[in-house]
Amino acid sequence: MDNLLSIVTFIPAGAAAVMALLMRGEDEAAQRNAKWLALMATSLTFLVSLGIYFQFDPNNTGFQFVEERDWIFGLQYKMGVDGISVLFVMLTTFVMPLTILASWNVSTRVKEYMIAFLLLETLMLGVFMALDLVLFYVFFEAGLIPMFLIIGIWGGKDRIYASFKFFLYTFLGSVLMLVAMVAMYVDAQTTDIVQLLTHSFSAASFDVLGIHVVGGMQTLMFLAFFASFAVKMPMWPVHTWLPDAHVQAPTAGSVVLAAILLKMGGYGFLRFSLPMFPVGADVMTDLILWMSAIAVVYTSLVAMVQEDMKKLIAYSSVAHMGFVTMGIFAANQQGVDGAIFQMLSHGFISAALFLCVGVIYDRMHTRDINAYGGLVIRMPAYALVFMFFTMGNVGLPGTSGFVGEFLTLMGAFQKNTWVAAVAASGVIFSAGYALWLYRRVVFGDLIKGSLKTIQDMDARERFIFAPLVVMTILLGVYPSLVTDIISPSTEALIANFNQSLAAADTSAAVQTASH
Amino acid sequence: METILLFAPLVGALICGFGHKYIGEKAAMVTATGLLFLAALLSWIVFLSFDGVSRSIEILTWVQSGSLDTSWGIRLDRLTALMLIVVTSVSALVHLYSFGYMDHDPQWKDGESYKPRFFAYLSFFTFAMLMLVTSDNLLQMFFGWEGVGVASYLLIGFYYRKPTANAAAMKAFIVNRVGDFGFALGIFGLFLMTDSINFTEIFADIPTKVAGQSISFLWAEWDAANLLAVLLFIGAMGKSAQLILHTWLPDAMEGPTPVSALIHAATMVTAGVFLVCRMSPLMEFAPQATMFITVLGATTAFFAATVGLVQTDIKRVIAYSTCSQLGYMFVAAGVGMYSAAMFHLFTHAFFKAMLFLGAGSVIHAMHHEQDMMNYGGLRKKIPYTYWAMMIGTLAITGVGIPLTHIGFAGFLSKDAIIESAYAGGSQYGFWMLVIAAFMTSFYSWRLMFLTFFGKPRGDKHTHDHAHESPMTMLIPLGVLALGAVFSGMIWYNSFFGHTDKVAKFYGIPYAEAAADAHGEAAEGHGDDGHGDSDDQAAEAAHHYVFAGQPGEGALYFAPDNHVLDDAHAAPWEVKVAPFVAMSFGLILAVWFYIVNPSLPGRLASNFQPLYLFLKNKWYFDELYDAIFVKPALALGRFFWKRGDGNVIDGFLNGIAMGIVPFFTKLAGRAQSGFIFTYAFWMVLGIAALITWMSIGGGAH
Repeated sequence: MDNLLSIVTFIPAGAAAVMALLMRGEDEAAQRNAKWLALMATSLTFLVSLGIYFQFDPNNTGFQFVEERDWIFGLQYKMGVDGISVLFVMLTTFVMPLTILASWNVSTRVKEYMIAFLLLETLMLGVFMALDLVLFYVFFEAGLIPMFLIIGIWGGKDRIYASFKFFLYTFLGSVLMLVAMVAMYVDAQTTDIVQLLTHSFSAASFDVLGIHVVGGMQTLMFLAFFASFAVKMPMWPVHTWLPDAHVQAPTAGSVVLAAILLKMGGYGFLRFSLPMFPVGADVMTDLILWMSAIAVVYTSLVAMVQEDMKKLIAYSSVAHMGFVTMGIFAANQQGVDGAIFQMLSHGFISAALFLCVGVIYDRMHTRDINAYGGLVIRMPAYALVFMFFTMGNVGLPGTSGFVGEFLTLMGAFQKNTWVAAVAASGVIFSAGYALWLYRRVVFGDLIKGSLKTIQDMDARERFIFAPLVVMTILLGVYPSLVTDIISPSTEALIANFNQSLAAADTSAAVQTASH
Repeated sequence: METILLFAPLVGALICGFGHKYIGEKAAMVTATGLLFLAALLSWIVFLSFDGVSRSIEILTWVQSGSLDTSWGIRLDRLTALMLIVVTSVSALVHLYSFGYMDHDPQWKDGESYKPRFFAYLSFFTFAMLMLVTSDNLLQMFFGWEGVGVASYLLIGFYYRKPTANAAAMKAFIVNRVGDFGFALGIFGLFLMTDSINFTEIFADIPTKVAGQSISFLWAEWDAANLLAVLLFIGAMGKSAQLILHTWLPDAMEGPTPVSALIHAATMVTAGVFLVCRMSPLMEFAPQATMFITVLGATTAFFAATVGLVQTDIKRVIAYSTCSQLGYMFVAAGVGMYSAAMFHLFTHAFFKAMLFLGAGSVIHAMHHEQDMMNYGGLRKKIPYTYWAMMIGTLAITGVGIPLTHIGFAGFLSKDAIIESAYAGGSQYGFWMLVIAAFMTSFYSWRLMFLTFFGKPRGDKHTHDHAHESPMTMLIPLGVLALGAVFSGMIWYNSFFGHTDKVAKFYGIPYAEAAADAHGEAAEGHGDDGHGDSDDQAAEAAHHYVFAGQPGEGALYFAPDNHVLDDAHAAPWEVKVAPFVAMSFGLILAVWFYIVNPSLPGRLASNFQPLYLFLKNKWYFDELYDAIFVKPALALGRFFWKRGDGNVIDGFLNGIAMGIVPFFTKLAGRAQSGFIFTYAFWMVLGIAALITWMSIGGGAH
């Protein structure tokens, strides 16, 4: 199949179209049909995407399954995956059926809800596959809209504020990226990402408005992209939209946000920032490493004092993303491998944690930690699952959470021991906030009257968690499942990065010599 | 066989934890216990048939990234084999003991199923511990390291209704994480220097790539070997509850007593000692780091003993005693006598597990009363427990015949350490340990006298119903008693005999010392360690020297490490010192608690500041709360409200001041029905914007 990627990408959109055009009514049957259709569409997407996984050749560091055709206005439609992106595609198709299942209790505007999620899946898949700047940008930005709607319509009581905050933050960030994209096109005369990857942008320093810009155009372009990706990640200090968005989003929205949408920032760094603007990246490395280390400690401390379960986990997400940016900009094998691993692992673990919150939110309609306590007595299965993912969250060896943290720290240590040491202290804080949360919610005696009749997880809920548990253990025990696929590509990425830097050094040396 | 041994406890944990609904509680617990006894049996076979040659078994690849290449694997050498028998034997006995101890636990309501969970945790702990000791690389060791931490967390917090138990569990995990933080940095540093974290490669590379090299870490350039040794030791401090990071261990007594025996006495807490011994090829090149280890170990031994003097909770006394004994082991490792450290680890596992299980038996008999002030006169009520505790006390205080190798296990191993401390040139270590030996004797006998002698105190009803424990609890005590009596005498030569014996035991190559005139005279004394006079022993020992390279054999002794020989040649005063200290402790305890029982109370009120200082554990908890916990929370609140709220959001909202109110006003008007339409227009708007911009860009 030559167009496997497109098929995978557009199955959900197709299902959404069917739903929008053919389904009528708000009665129970219509709702049920919408849910089942969404579940089947996302499951089918996952099954088809397995084809990508199994046919993918890890030793080929180039793009595979490439599709190229003409599109509107002389633009081109080009898709493909390499070792860096293929697993994000798999993560997306894997998580989506679970989020649909987790939404089984939604009762308002079910059809629209499902359409939003299906469209979101298409757009997210598009981001990870697009090999053309414009196409990437369209997917990247359009993905905001369904998420904006999900928060704004099906969210909590402050959903309007949160959804606008989410939208403005991420949108303003990407306006700068758009400017840089235009500049890239002007310079390279192409929007083809494959060609852009081999194009070297000018790194000659210059002065603008009296400021000496080291690394010249590359630094400026890097910063423009950085503005967008850093917000998406989110990196400290532009992370404050995330806790609000998470708190207000419905459970499934939080799951998608944490598991997949946040990964777009990290993916962007690896696809654009490092390979296309190596000199710019190098100039900014120290700053970014420090921002990452601060993110880890700062947000972990903030997480410790939260009273809202979702907010706590949201802050913990920011801390974990700090490890990712640290690994990426350590720009060595362990760091980059670790960063990708951490993103995938976080996709499973944070998704599961938000689902854990969802389970009790569905029952008690509150996220206030103080409203709980002693759940283990009535909900042993829930206690077990929650404990498992709490341990994954604190990076216990044997779970996938450990491998990513360990590798990124190891990578950072080779670059900057201060950063590594500061970030490594995050493992202490993460134990603090995660266990403190668990203790207050699950342990203790069950004395609150409202909890006396709470029911343990039902079959559907158990079924949602099962695959996440399996993946967390599997990747923790046998991480080669991931590293075998990504390593050849990351190796090439780092080799190119170092070569470009060396080349830039020599040309800079030649320049100074000739002056 | 090693693989079966390793995974049997895991299988047991899974069957017991998840399968008890299907096969019944009893069957599940029996399965877990049976598998543990199987593991113990196999461990003894491995240990006794082990030929001293190190070998590796690879099971599965693990984390691989660039030049980092780690696997799940087993490194089988003498250290591993030794730890195997310690871990599996004690664990199997504790499993058996738990049948009795955990039956009818009053903490649980009727119909609550807690026993399979307990057994599953115990088995899981054993698995993690085995992963730790069998590891052939630092990463798998770290896996076991944190795995035992989790098991410990779960078991300390086993009574999850109790707030104190939950707090203690968290504290244990978090304080251990502080240690793990150092451990992890040590691993990163070793990888930076040697490009590997597998023991075989690290050990081979240490003399060339680590020793004498410098490493840039934080604000300065450091001597690599010393820095890495200290970082790794920080991990050991956490796990082995050494001073500064010791605060979690006494609180860990919130867990059921079998847990205290297995995890917080015999096995997990000794992991730090194991780590230092395992890394002996590094330690030998890190003189300042090992000096730090010695001093800290000695100080811990002293500190914990002082606190142990005044505790009244029977388990806490033994907990501080554990802390103190671990300090002994670190002193031995610090002065370069790893073998003596392992010796004490080995014997301590038996007698300390037995003391804890004995204490558990007392607690069981007294209906979960733990305060010794409510005991007294129990000798007659629970005679078997009494005798077991007596043997344990004789072992820990170090009773034996001075200047011979006949005595209880603790006599041989503790004296070996004190002699090593002296021979290793650590005056401070030597004196601290001797004083600690005096205090050990005092608080151990105090425990015995308060519990078993004198008049019954406390609730009369409880005393009337005090009863001897069932056989499932007494048998483990009996088996451990054998270890407490004989393990020292049987293995003395292997751990602390002449160089050739020790070398053979650990598989270290050794050579005849060429320039030794007394060689022939020593020939006849090589085989028996008993009863040699000191001079002859010293001569005999000088006959051989360790000649291994780092990584050859289970331990590495640098060519200039003569502590073993020097310890054998220590003057008789040194060798007798611990015995004298022990005797004084015993006499003082008799005087305080048998002859003149009102004296301790008077002393406590006369020296109240000192008493409170000790009673409150030197105020470490209060100090940490004030300088770490509270500020961290305050900082978190500050970052949240001021940082995120005022500064970041304030700044960004300030920028967006013109936009946000507009939107919110708009949104306020838009009911949820309209927002969909509204958003649809937004989609169109953005799509148009994008298209326009891309085409605009394309027009260039």
